[in-house]
Order: sequence, then C-alpha cells, then structure tokens
Amino acid sequence: MLTREKAESLIQEVLSVYPAEAGKERAEHLAVSSPGEESAGSCVTANRKSQPGVMTVRGCAYAGSKGVVWGPIKDMIHLSHGPVGCGQYSRAGRRNYYIGHTGINAFGTMNFTSDFQEKDVVFGGDKKLAKLLGEINTLFPLNRGISIQSECPVGLIGDDIEAVAKEQSALLQKPIVPVRCEGFRGVSQSLGHHIANDTIRDYILDREASSPAIDCGKYDVAIIGDYNIGGDAWSSRILLEEMGLRVVAQWSGDGTLAELERTSKVKLNLVHCYRSMNYISRHMEVKYGIPWLEYNFFGPSKIAESLRKIASRFDATIQEGAERVIAKYQDLSDAITAKYRPRLQGKRVMLYVGGLRPRHVIGAYEDLGMEVVGTGYEFGHGDDYERTVEDLKQTTLIYDDASAYELEQFVEKIRPDLIGSGIKEKYLFQKMGIPFRQMHSWDYSGPYHGYDGYAIFARDMDMTLNNPCWKMMKPPWQNSTC
Amino acid sequence: MSQTMEQIIPCYPLFQEAEYRSLLRNKAEQFENRYSPEDVDTTFHWSTTPEYKALNFSREALTVNPAKACQPLGAVLCALGFQKTLPYVHGSQGCTAYFRTYFNRHFKEPVACVSDSMTEDAAVFGGQKNLFAGLENAKALYDPEMIAVSSTCMAEVIGDDLNAFINNAKKEGRIPEEFPTPFAHTPSFIGSHLTGWDNMLEGVLRYFTLNEMADKEPGSNGKLNVVLGFETYLGNYRVIKRMLREMGVAYTLLSDPEMVLDTPADGKYRMYAGGTTQAEIKDAPNAIDTLLLQSWSLDKSKKYLKESWNHAVTPVDAPYGLAATDRFLMAVAQLTGKPIPPSLELERGRLVDMIADSHSWLHGRRFSIFGDPDFVMGMTRFLLELGAEPLHLLSHNATKRWAKGMEQLLSASPFGKEAEIHFGRDLWHLRSLLFEKKPDFLIGNSYGKELQRDTLHKGKEYEVPLIRIGFPIFDRHHLHRNATLGYEGAMYLLTTLVNEILARLDQETSIMGETDYNFDLIR
Repeated sequence: MLTREKAESLIQEVLSVYPAEAGKERAEHLAVSSPGEESAGSCVTANRKSQPGVMTVRGCAYAGSKGVVWGPIKDMIHLSHGPVGCGQYSRAGRRNYYIGHTGINAFGTMNFTSDFQEKDVVFGGDKKLAKLLGEINTLFPLNRGISIQSECPVGLIGDDIEAVAKEQSALLQKPIVPVRCEGFRGVSQSLGHHIANDTIRDYILDREASSPAIDCGKYDVAIIGDYNIGGDAWSSRILLEEMGLRVVAQWSGDGTLAELERTSKVKLNLVHCYRSMNYISRHMEVKYGIPWLEYNFFGPSKIAESLRKIASRFDATIQEGAERVIAKYQDLSDAITAKYRPRLQGKRVMLYVGGLRPRHVIGAYEDLGMEVVGTGYEFGHGDDYERTVEDLKQTTLIYDDASAYELEQFVEKIRPDLIGSGIKEKYLFQKMGIPFRQMHSWDYSGPYHGYDGYAIFARDMDMTLNNPCWKMMKPPWQNSTC
Repeated sequence: MSQTMEQIIPCYPLFQEAEYRSLLRNKAEQFENRYSPEDVDTTFHWSTTPEYKALNFSREALTVNPAKACQPLGAVLCALGFQKTLPYVHGSQGCTAYFRTYFNRHFKEPVACVSDSMTEDAAVFGGQKNLFAGLENAKALYDPEMIAVSSTCMAEVIGDDLNAFINNAKKEGRIPEEFPTPFAHTPSFIGSHLTGWDNMLEGVLRYFTLNEMADKEPGSNGKLNVVLGFETYLGNYRVIKRMLREMGVAYTLLSDPEMVLDTPADGKYRMYAGGTTQAEIKDAPNAIDTLLLQSWSLDKSKKYLKESWNHAVTPVDAPYGLAATDRFLMAVAQLTGKPIPPSLELERGRLVDMIADSHSWLHGRRFSIFGDPDFVMGMTRFLLELGAEPLHLLSHNATKRWAKGMEQLLSASPFGKEAEIHFGRDLWHLRSLLFEKKPDFLIGNSYGKELQRDTLHKGKEYEVPLIRIGFPIFDRHHLHRNATLGYEGAMYLLTTLVNEILARLDQETSIMGETDYNFDLIR
C-alpha cells in the first residue's frame, strides 16, 4: 500500500536531482491524491511546456493532428507536408484499423509526403504543393479529399497553404483541408488535436457536404474520440447497435468523410476520448444543439454504467435495450472476472499514458481486483486530472508529463506489479523485471473496448503479469550460498 | 457475443465472426458513402497497368511511401555508439519522440535521447534558452560523459547556430567548459538518415581531434579504425570485431552501439553500455587507416579523415557476400601486415560449402531489392555471386553516381543483364515495377509487406513475397541481432534466402490432390 507520506517523500527525492529552475517547475506537476482529502487533481499543473533536456515522452502538434485525429479518416489522403521524416515515423504505427483497399479507396497506412528539399525551404513549397495535389488526384482518383498536415518548416517559411488548398479544392472539386499543425506549436500533441478539430469544423462541417444525405433517425448517435485501435470502435459499436442505437459516424477510427459530414444531424454525441475531441463536441453542441456525453467502455462495471447513462438520454426502447445488452454479456464478463481475478487480485499498477486512458482504464483494472497506485497524462489538461481523482479509490501518485528519469525513479521505489505505458518505456521497465503492457497500441493486441475487449484485456494482463519470464532475471548460481 | 471462455480471441480472428462481419458490412453500405466494389476493382486493376506506371513515373512533386528517413534519426544512432553518450536533439520535441519510437520498434530496446522542446517562442527568438536549460537538465538527470547535439528542421530553418549556442551555454556555466559536446547540423530537408549519421560522426571526430593533431601520426598506434555507418544489424559490429580479433588486428570502431542496443534483462536498466570511448576517438588519428564500410553515405567523414587525419581511407566495398569479404580481409591484411588466419579460411570454406549446397535453389531466381544504397549494392553483389538474378534495384536515397556504380557491377556479370536501377524513387514507384515485371521475391524492410499484399490482390500468380532484410523491421522479432556482413553474415543471408524459397515452394505445392508433386520431404 502506498501511503501519502511515502509518496510525498518520493516526490521530494526525485525533485532533488533537478537543477533549481527545472525542479521548481516540475514540482507543480507531481502530486499525491488521497480519497477523502482535498482534491489533488486541481493541484496538478498540466498542459505546460516540457522542460528542455529532461526526456519528455511527449510528441508534437503534427502527431496530434495527423497521427491521431485526421490520420484515421480512411477515404481521405493525409499529406505530410514538409521533410520526409514525420510521415515516415508516424506511418502505420498506431493500429487504427479500417476496412478498405489501401491505395485505392483507403489510404490509412500509407505515407504521402512532399519530401521537402532545401530548395523548397528556400523558395517556398506552395508551387510544389499545388502540383502534388493534382498528382494525388490523378493517381488516387477515389480519394474523397485531402488534408495537408503541416510540418515545422511550413509555418516558418511563410507558405500560404490555405490559398493553395482553396484553389486546388475548387479545381479538383474535393475538400482540401490545410492544417496548421506544425510541430513547434503548443506544448504537446494536445494542440494538434485542437487544431485538427477546428479544421474539421471549418473545412468539413461548415461547408456543403460532398456526400449524399441520409435519413435521420431518433436513435442516431456518433462515436467521438475512438480511434479504433485494435478494433476498439467496432467492439464498442456492436454494443450501441445491440441496444437499438444507430451509429452514424465514427470519429475517427475507421471513419470516412461522409460520416464526418453527417454527424451534424445526430441526436447525441458519445465521447470516449474527451481530451482529443471535446472541442468538436462543444462546437456541435453550440452550433447544432447536439448534446454530448462522456462514456467509458473499459471493463464491465464502467461499460454497464455507461450503457445505462447513454440509454437514459433516450426512451424506454433504448433503456430496455441497454438492460438487454448488459444481461446478455453478464455471464461472459462474470466468467472472465472469475477466471482472472484470483490471478490478479491485489496487484498494483502504475499507468503513464495519454488521452483518456490514465483514468478510463482504472475501472477495468479494478474489475480484475487490481489497484492503480500511480497515474499520469503525457499531454492532459487540468480538466483531465479533475476527472481522474474522482475515480481514484486509494492513495495514488500523480505525475504530469513525467520525464523518463522521474518514471524510472518512481517505479524503482514503488515496484508496481504491472506498468501500463508506451513503447518508449516498455523495454526499460521489462529489463528492470517489471511486467509491462503498452497501453497505447494494446501491445499489438486488442480491442480492449466493450465486453469482447474486456475478455482480451483480462487475458493480456494475466499473460504478462504471470508469464514465467519475470522470474528468469537472476541466474540460479547468484542465489546459491556456495 | 463473439468471445467464449474457452478461447479468448483478439482482433484477428475476432472480427471474422459473423456478427462483426455483418456490422462492418452494414457500416460500409449505409454510412461510408463507399465506392462500389466494381469501381474499386476497376481502379485497382488500372493501377497495375503500364498506363498507370507511366503516370506514376511522371510524378514530379509527390512522394508516396518513401524508403528513407530524415537526418537527425541517423545522428541519434551515431551518437548512441559512443560511450556514456546522450543523444540530444535541438528543436521541436516531437521529432525525438519519433526517433526513439522508431528505434524502439526495430530493436525492441529502450533508446535514451533528449530534446530541448522548442516551441513558438523559440521559433521567434531562437532556441538558445532551450539549449542552455536542456544541456543543464540533461547532464544533471542522466549523468552522461558526452552529449552529442543534432538539430531538427525547425532549428535549421530559423538558423540556430549550435556551435555558438553550446559555447555560450558553457560560458554561462550551464555545463562545465571541458564537458564534451560534439554537435552536427542535421537539416531533414537535405539527404536522408544516412547524411545525418555521417554528419554526426564527422562532428564527433572534429570535436575531439581538430585541434589535437600536432602529436598525431598515422600508423603510430598500430590500430585500424572501422566505420560501419548507419548500420542496424548488431551482428555486423560483432562480426567485424571478431574477424579483426582473429587476424590479431587491434581496432577502433568509430561508433559502436551494439552493447547499448542489446542490454540484458537482469533486473537492471542500463542507459549506457559499451560504445567507443573518448580515449579511443582521441587516439584514432594514430591508426594505420580508417576503413569506411559504407562507400555511398560517408562523404563528409571521409573528407575529414583524409584532410585532417591524413588517412588514406583505403576504399573497400561493404563486405556483403564472399568476394567483398575476401577483399575486405585482404585490405586489412595489406594495411596491417597481418596474415588472414586459418580460422577465417575455414569460415570462408564453410560459406562456399553452403553456397554449393544451396546453389540449385538460388541459381536464376529473380530478386528485387530496395533499401539504402550500400545495402542494395552489397546484396546485389552477393546475389550475382549466387547465380541469382537481380531485377529491380531501388534506392530512394541514392545518387546518380551510385547508379553508375551499380551499372558497372551488373554489366560485369552474366546474371545482371535484366536488372533495372532506380534511385530517387519511392515504394509506390516500386509497386508499378513489380506489376510490370514480376520477380520471384522482394528483399527489403517491413514496408515491403504492403507491396506483397498489393501484388497478391491481383492474383496469387502475381504475388511477390517479401524477404525481410533491411531497416526498419517492425513486424518480425530479433532479426537485427544477426550479421549480414562478412562470411558469417553471408551465411545468414544465404540461409534466409534459400529457406524463404523452400517455404514458398511448400506453400505453393501443398494443395492435396492437385500439387502432390514437388511437395518434397527432401530438398
């Protein structure tokens, strides 16, 4: 059990190594939350610039826009506009699954880039961009539109991508969306989400739809902020459909331009990743009067709670539907819990992830009898931490934008039974002998959403926590007395 | 309900279940405004035609599925090869997150590297403040003995001066004056990851030796320096060192990350392990010579070695395959006066024995290759030795000079007649080439898997299976631990090639009642 005193002294110990200025700043990002006490959530400073040189794991605005929000829209082409690297490093790495003929009518795992050369930086890239958009349309005629994802140089050399986009959009008769997500903007991926949301608003929702309208229904909803990692949106959608709702759009995992365009007619927006898509949800609320509701499809407790919460916004038909769905999956989720809980009971977990996961997965761990003793966001804001502390049931260490050094120190001292974080952390902690699951990519497994996903989640946590490899770290002769 | 307690299934085969198939079908039909299957099919087949190829090759501005990365990635790998060295990238922080992730996925290892997180204000005022704080913080937290600074395109576009900034940081007392801080400007809009590796090496050599040449004398330490370049097969560092040890040749590898990228799981994390020491770098000008094992990507380092160190930089080909390894060893023998020992003759003989054993499966097989220029040339050379026939040889980050070198190589062999050389082309170009003329196999990195799928989609008889050799390899485990250089590397390559051929033949002949012939137990 982590005590408040222990956690606080740990924070002081970690901070002591920093140079004064950086230490002072970092102190504001570290806190201890104890239930019943004054909320620690509001005490954590978030969404600030990372300290230079500390090895933040954060990415950039381009990653938030191209990598997260825009990239999964499968029938549009997302151009990495600038030098070759960004598009290459972010190619097909996020596992946002889609169905389609890649290179023909779907483009999600490809890398389209303007591959800036020195002359483009010196003389500007607008001419190249204009030519390139035409080339895209010639070679990939079934694209439904193009987004221009700006890399750092674009915003520094004074290119007017908006003008090029406007001109080419008129010429090609397709939406062409200029996105100013240069990597130096803002402090993390987070601003990229916001910029991407705003460009969907300005260049898709506010324009005349290019796809034919469909009849609206009273049970129409949209899934917002599910990137279909490992198929998450599909294992969520199935439950919503089973309870009688009609899912008109997925934002943006396995999403299409048509789905984006038709969302302005839905009755309710269901928001999974609040961090990356609250902006567009608020916009649709103001502009179209569509309410939005946060939900959580990790683990049976939160799923049932969420299904009922969603149903409460509809009539008895849907409410009965929700109960039917919960009842249908009850036996399965009980059986899974019964099988895995004894193997995982009391195990302590530390999380360090992005988006919604530092809080949303807590319930699923608790369903399995596990305790979250530390959690933090790579690029969260204050409202994320407020939402998080509500869900914490015991003393928990909170770390915002943790550096590699801080994480290593915290883990070394707390020695959790399992860590859920990203690939940059994975191999480090595995070498330390601590079971680790990637909680961005589901470690090449998934889905984790919904009841089908809970089964996989439970299986995966068990296979990693109870794998024999963690007991192999020390050679037997080191334990012998002779 | 698709899950059962008996068997919990992940995405595949979960989404094969009937209820998910119907969900996906309904989504497509009702909500996606999808093109009709006929439209998709027609467009796909059009994309495999010569007409499409002509359009594809007339592209002037668009790059699709490149086969190269950017400079600072290379700089980071180079920096990792020095003892207790922390790679430091000056500029936007997202780049560093990407570099680390890219290497994590390939090596399945942690990769330490910091950024100084420049944002809008730094874009306006320059990144000096970031560099000051960054160097101070990085040194305090990670206790390196060297920080190797490279730059992102953001810092390059605004014109940050690394030399001046670093010196100012020292004058300000952020880090001690004597603390080693080699640096290299690595603009991502020039060259590729190979250029960045070259620039960083030159930066390191320059930093430690430029003003220390007075007492240096080539040959005086009796050692040989070897530079592997942007090399991601850890076994290659090991095999070069082993061969030199067996010859009794003392050596210094200039950048040697094989330890730090292969640390054990024993309960302890090592941020630093192995690597070329500062003492070795300082003494390196005293070596007999410096051999560059990548002849197409180390121009800047070569110039420095020749002009500043007065090294001959005896030209050697990357030792892929038999003859290039022979020549490498003979060059070493000639430079050092040490004979090639019986142990290496034995190893060579074993390789020749393997070639003889497998030649009948390799002779006349057609392979297309994509990757970095030295890799493509080295593999081509080896294939020609095996009697295999290279078909498309594509290197995105190669030059016209490389293409000329390739022409010479191919024209000297009876097996090189059909080969086509492509530089500055990407993997979407390669797609058209594979549809135009089908090789038996494609050799390249993981990105090639989409090409295999594309060709398969046209029909089984068009499928070009991918053999994974190169960088990055994200979808197979641990291949990077092998060697591809030297006799040992050739054995690995040969084993891989022949067994991929045999596995493919098994797959093609395993239809019962139809291809019962040639489904042989013994091959």
